[in-house]
Amino acid sequence: MNIAVCVKEVPSATSAKRLDASTHRLDRSGDSELNPFDLHGLEEAIRIREGGQDVGEIVAVCMGPESAQRPLQKALALGADRAVLVTDPALAGSDISGTAYALATVLEKQNADLVILGQQAADADCYVMAAAVADHLKRPLVTQVAHLSVEGGGIKAKRQTEHGYDVIEAPLPAVISVSDAINEARLPNIKAIMGAKKKPTDKLSAADAGLDTSRVGESGARSVVKSVSPPPQKQAGRRVEDQGGDSVEEIVAFLAEKGVV
Amino acid sequence: MAGLLVFVQHDEGEFSPNSLGMLAKAASLGEATAFVAGSGVDDSWAAGLGAHGASKVVVADDAALGGGLSQPVVDAIEPLAREADAVLFGAGVVSADVAAGLAARLGAGIHCETTEIALADGGVVATRPALGDTVMVESTFTGGPAVVLGRANAFASEGTGGGDAAVERVSPTIQDWSTKATLAGREQPEATGVDITEADVLVAFGRGLGGPENIPLVEALAKALGGEVAATRAVVDAGWVPYAMQVGQTGKTVSPKLYLACGISGAIQHKVGMANSGTIVAINKDANAPIHEFADLSVIGDALTVVPKLTAALAK
Repeated sequence: MNIAVCVKEVPSATSAKRLDASTHRLDRSGDSELNPFDLHGLEEAIRIREGGQDVGEIVAVCMGPESAQRPLQKALALGADRAVLVTDPALAGSDISGTAYALATVLEKQNADLVILGQQAADADCYVMAAAVADHLKRPLVTQVAHLSVEGGGIKAKRQTEHGYDVIEAPLPAVISVSDAINEARLPNIKAIMGAKKKPTDKLSAADAGLDTSRVGESGARSVVKSVSPPPQKQAGRRVEDQGGDSVEEIVAFLAEKGVV
Repeated sequence: MAGLLVFVQHDEGEFSPNSLGMLAKAASLGEATAFVAGSGVDDSWAAGLGAHGASKVVVADDAALGGGLSQPVVDAIEPLAREADAVLFGAGVVSADVAAGLAARLGAGIHCETTEIALADGGVVATRPALGDTVMVESTFTGGPAVVLGRANAFASEGTGGGDAAVERVSPTIQDWSTKATLAGREQPEATGVDITEADVLVAFGRGLGGPENIPLVEALAKALGGEVAATRAVVDAGWVPYAMQVGQTGKTVSPKLYLACGISGAIQHKVGMANSGTIVAINKDANAPIHEFADLSVIGDALTVVPKLTAALAK
């Protein structure tokens, strides 16, 4: 079987996130990283291979600016065999629908039996991409997968809902999104980082990918940001830097002040 | 505005509170049609959505819709959605999957984590907090129905006081591929004997606690504070503790007098379940963790060091 893992470049956790005042797009000028939620998707793909399944290839698929090549290198270092980056100025400003269409169009050509996505992107905090991609591909879907097994040409997945856990079975090819608790993602070692440089990355323009540009980018967006404003003011909390447990007195005093001890 | 269609998620005869909240919100904007998909749906039960703001209830009843899976529901709602101005969804796992699948099917704009909806210039305006709730973003829609997905607990689910609504049945056409995923079973949540929604003090923990071997540390702190232990989805999914202890979007919504979060990042899925707590104290060594943005007292420190010392100090 072949596996495709969708990955996204997001601003790194430590960089300040802001929306550009004029374009209303996310300011991507700061440091970026591979979406941490996608690491669990890559890890699961690697574990399927290590678990004895005959995995022909693992391909990392990304839509994003040119700078997404760097986080894609990390995906290759972690164990993807090749990468596909669809990048084009025409894609900038795509909304969820446009992105799902573009990813699905690229995925359709990857010959993947299992498409894995992270449960959400750390910058947008939506968790809808897998379901949208699955509808485009007309493939069975399981989201928020906390446990996965691949058996007999299909998958058996456990997901959490508001009521506990559902066990869902689906034949391959299928699309899943994984919970960030499905596994502990590994770190790439130096040898793998060096080796990743020899692995191929296909860079595709919108035309290369066969995309109808009226469906992507800012002009194709069906959801349009109209305004951006500060949130309701909330009184800032108190902050204490702890060194070896020296904050305890202050915590106890705070709890006493609030009348909870 | 001609048509507001509200998808109502339900499970074992219970409507989802988030769906009911969205229905009430829709009713405050105009005529709202509720959509219920299931197998063997009882008309009088569905009609009860009138008391939550539905002026009409459309029921799609088919064996394929009884499994609690989203893809056949997309097939069932699609024809109605094409005629609607907006299709609204309360937060929920199935609800989100249906919303996303439908938006893809229609090529429609989808707006997630919505906390406010208004009508202006004949269209829907949806608002959401974004970028770790540091900014409010207002969006409009173009080229087809708006698909709007609510944030958990964003819309109150009290009834609107109306009587039963008229029920109309539709026969859905389900595609073959939509039923390839099947529900093979459900795990009964393990009973813990404790209802965390009743506790005045909750000591909650997440992955930052390191491993299940450290749970006695938070148990001891909870005991010292006369409270109970709660957890994040990540540690429940990882099997450290039972689902009944989980706070957040797919777990319990709590509002204790004191919520003491140990090694919890405060991702939005957790925040929506505990943001209304009286006092929030966070202990997390990651100074960039979102929880430090909304805690009343933020301790930038290692929970594994601070928690046992705090327990000892409280015992004095």
